[in-house]
Amino acid sequence: MTAKGIRIQGLKKRYGSGDTAVDALKTVDMRVAPGEVVGLIGPSGSGKTTLLKCLGAVIEPTAGKMILGDDVIYDDGWKVKDLRALRRDRIGFVFQAPYLIPFLDVTDNVALLPMLAGMPNAEARMRAIELFKALDVEHRAKAMPSQLSGGEQQRVAIARGLVNHPPVILADEPTAPLDSERALAVIRILNDMAKKFETAIIVVTHDEKIIPTFKRIYHIRDGVTYEEEGEGRGFE
Amino acid sequence: MHSWGKFVFTGMGLGLLIGITLSMAGIYRGMVDDAKVLLDNSGADLWVVQKDTLGPYAESSSLYDDIWRGIRGMPGVERAANITYLTMQVGKQDGDVRAMVTGVTPGEPGTPGWPPYLVAGRQITRSHYEAVADIASGFKLGDRIQIRRNHYTIVGLTRRMVSSNGDPMVFIPLKDAQEAQFLKDNDAIREQRRRTAENPAFNRPGVPGLLDAVIASQSTNPYVNAVLVRVEPGHAPEEIAESIRRWKRLTVYTRSQMEEILVGKLIATSARQIFMFLVILSIVSSAIVAFIIYTLTLGKIREIAVLKLIGTKNRTIVGLIMQQSIALGLIGFVVGKISATLLMAPIFPKYVLLQPLDSVMGFIAVVMICVLSSIIAIRAALRVDPAEAIGG
Ligand SMILES: Nc1ncnc2c1ncn2[C@@H]1O[C@H](COP(=O)(O)OP(=O)(O)OP(=O)(O)O)[C@@H](O)[C@H]1O
Ligand SMILES: [Mg+2]
Repeated sequence: MTAKGIRIQGLKKRYGSGDTAVDALKTVDMRVAPGEVVGLIGPSGSGKTTLLKCLGAVIEPTAGKMILGDDVIYDDGWKVKDLRALRRDRIGFVFQAPYLIPFLDVTDNVALLPMLAGMPNAEARMRAIELFKALDVEHRAKAMPSQLSGGEQQRVAIARGLVNHPPVILADEPTAPLDSERALAVIRILNDMAKKFETAIIVVTHDEKIIPTFKRIYHIRDGVTYEEEGEGRGFE
Repeated sequence: MHSWGKFVFTGMGLGLLIGITLSMAGIYRGMVDDAKVLLDNSGADLWVVQKDTLGPYAESSSLYDDIWRGIRGMPGVERAANITYLTMQVGKQDGDVRAMVTGVTPGEPGTPGWPPYLVAGRQITRSHYEAVADIASGFKLGDRIQIRRNHYTIVGLTRRMVSSNGDPMVFIPLKDAQEAQFLKDNDAIREQRRRTAENPAFNRPGVPGLLDAVIASQSTNPYVNAVLVRVEPGHAPEEIAESIRRWKRLTVYTRSQMEEILVGKLIATSARQIFMFLVILSIVSSAIVAFIIYTLTLGKIREIAVLKLIGTKNRTIVGLIMQQSIALGLIGFVVGKISATLLMAPIFPKYVLLQPLDSVMGFIAVVMICVLSSIIAIRAALRVDPAEAIGG
C-alpha cells in the first residue's frame, strides 16, 4: 500500500463563480489500494458524479491533489499534458449501461482501446479474448452487442474497462439496472479483477444490495468525504 | 436491433432511388444508342434533305422524288435512294401500334434505307402492300396490318430498328408510303373533288378531260423526305456532300453531322430532363442519408461520449460515422444496381442501356454523397462532451 492505487487529498471543486457558485466538492480525501474495491455512497447532490468526473479527468478540480498509480496527475493544476491518453491508458470506466458500439462485434468493442493506444490489432484482440475467458463471455466473442443478454453486455463493458490494465477503475452505478443476483455477480467480478490485475476500484452506488459487500466505504455529504468500515460480506 | 432495422430499411429505400437513377442514365444511353443504330442501319453515308432544314428526323423535310436521279449520276456516288418517314398509328385487329412507317425504294438488298438484316422472313419484293416490321411492334409474320386505308402483309421481321423516340419501324414500299403520307380520308377527298369541280378555271365546258387531269395530279404525291446516299469506297463523304450542296442547292449531312443533330438536338431535351431528375434524385438521396445518419448519431450520443471518455480520438469517431454512412451507401448501391438490372430495365418500355462506366460513376457519386451527408452528424458527434458519459 505504497504509492500505488488512488490517493486524493483535499480535493475541491467549485462550479461557476460569484453569487451562483456551487461548492460541489469541499474536502475530499480518499485512498484506495491496488486490488481493493471501495464503495462511494451519498445522497443526491452530494458530489459523487462531480468527484468521478474529476478523477476521470473530464472536468478540472479547483484545488487539491490526485495521484493515480505512481503519478501525480493533479496538484492545484493538471500535471499531465495529454488527458485523453491518461484516460485511455490509466483509467478504466464502467458505467450504468454497457454503451457498446452497436456495429462493432464484441471483440472489437474491447480491442478498440489497445488498438487506439497503438497495440497491433491481433495482439489487442488476443487480450480481449483473454479477458472474455476470465469473465465467462468467451463463447460470445464474435457476436454483435445486440445479440447479448444484458448481463453479458455488462461483462463485455467490464472487459473494456480492464483491457488496458489500468491501475484505476471508476465504476459509475454499475449495477443499477441489474437484479440482485446479477448485481452481486458484477461486484464479484470487479473484486476478482481487482486482485488479478492489482487494480484500485471505486464503485459509486445507491444499490442497497451491494453495499454490504464492501470492506471499506466512503460516505460523501455536501462535498465532504467520511471513511467507514464496511461489512465486507463474501459472495455465496 | 431497432437501429439496425432502420439502417437496413433506409439502405433499401436509398437503393431504389439509386436504381431509378441508374435506369435514367440507362434510358439516356439507350436513346443515344437507338439513334446510332438508326443511322447505322440506314446504310447511308450522306443524308440529302430539304434546303436549310434539319431533316428528316429532327425536322420535316420534303424533296421532289426525282432528285435522287441527279445525285446518283454524280461522281463518287455509289447509290442514292429515296426515303420517307412518317410516325403514325398502325392498325391491327386487336388495337393500334405507334410506329415509324418508313417508305423504301424497291430494289435489291443493300439499297440505302433497307433493313440490313432480318431475324425472320424476307425483304419486301413486291412494290405494294408488303411490309417488314420491327419485332418490338408485336407484329408477326403473316399478320395483316392497316396503314391509312391500305392493308399490308408482314413478310419480314427486324430487331432493334426503332426511331429516335423508340417507336418500332415498319418498312413499306416507297409508293405506298408516299400515298399514305398524302392520302386524306374519303370525306376529305370527296370534298376536294367537289371544290375542284366547282372551280370554273378547272371545269371548262370547252376543255374536256382537264378536270380529270387536275384531280389525278391532286391525288399523287411527288415528295419524299430525304435521299440516302452511299459513297463509293475511296471517296471522302464530305467532298461528295460539298459538291451536292453546290450543284443541287440542297442541304446535305454526313454521318457525324447527322449524329450530332440526333444526339445534340433531338435527344437534348430529354437529356436535360433526365439530368434534372438525376440532380433531384441526388439531392433527395443526400437528404435521406444525412437525416438517417444524423438521427442514428443523435441516438448514440451516450456511446460517443463514452468513446471520447475512454480516450478515442476524434479522428476515430469521424471514421466510425463515415464508415456507417458508406455502409449505407454500399447497401444502397448494391440494391440499386440489382433493382436497375433485374427489375427496372426489363419492364421499362424504352431500351435501357446500363453501361459499366455509368455504374462506376454512380458508385463514386454515391460514396461522395454519403461522405458529404455525414458531415452534419459528424459535427454533432464532435460537440459531445466526454463528461456526459459519467453520471445520470
Ligand atoms: N455543471 C454544473 N454546474 C453547476 N453546478 C453543478 C454542476 N454539476 C453539478 N452541480 C452541482 O454540484 C452538486 C453536486 O452534484 P453531483 O452531480 O456531483 O451530485 P451527485 O452526488 O452525483 O448526485 P446524484 O446522486 O443525484 O447523481 C449539486 O448541488 C449540483 O447541483
Ligand atoms: Mg450523480
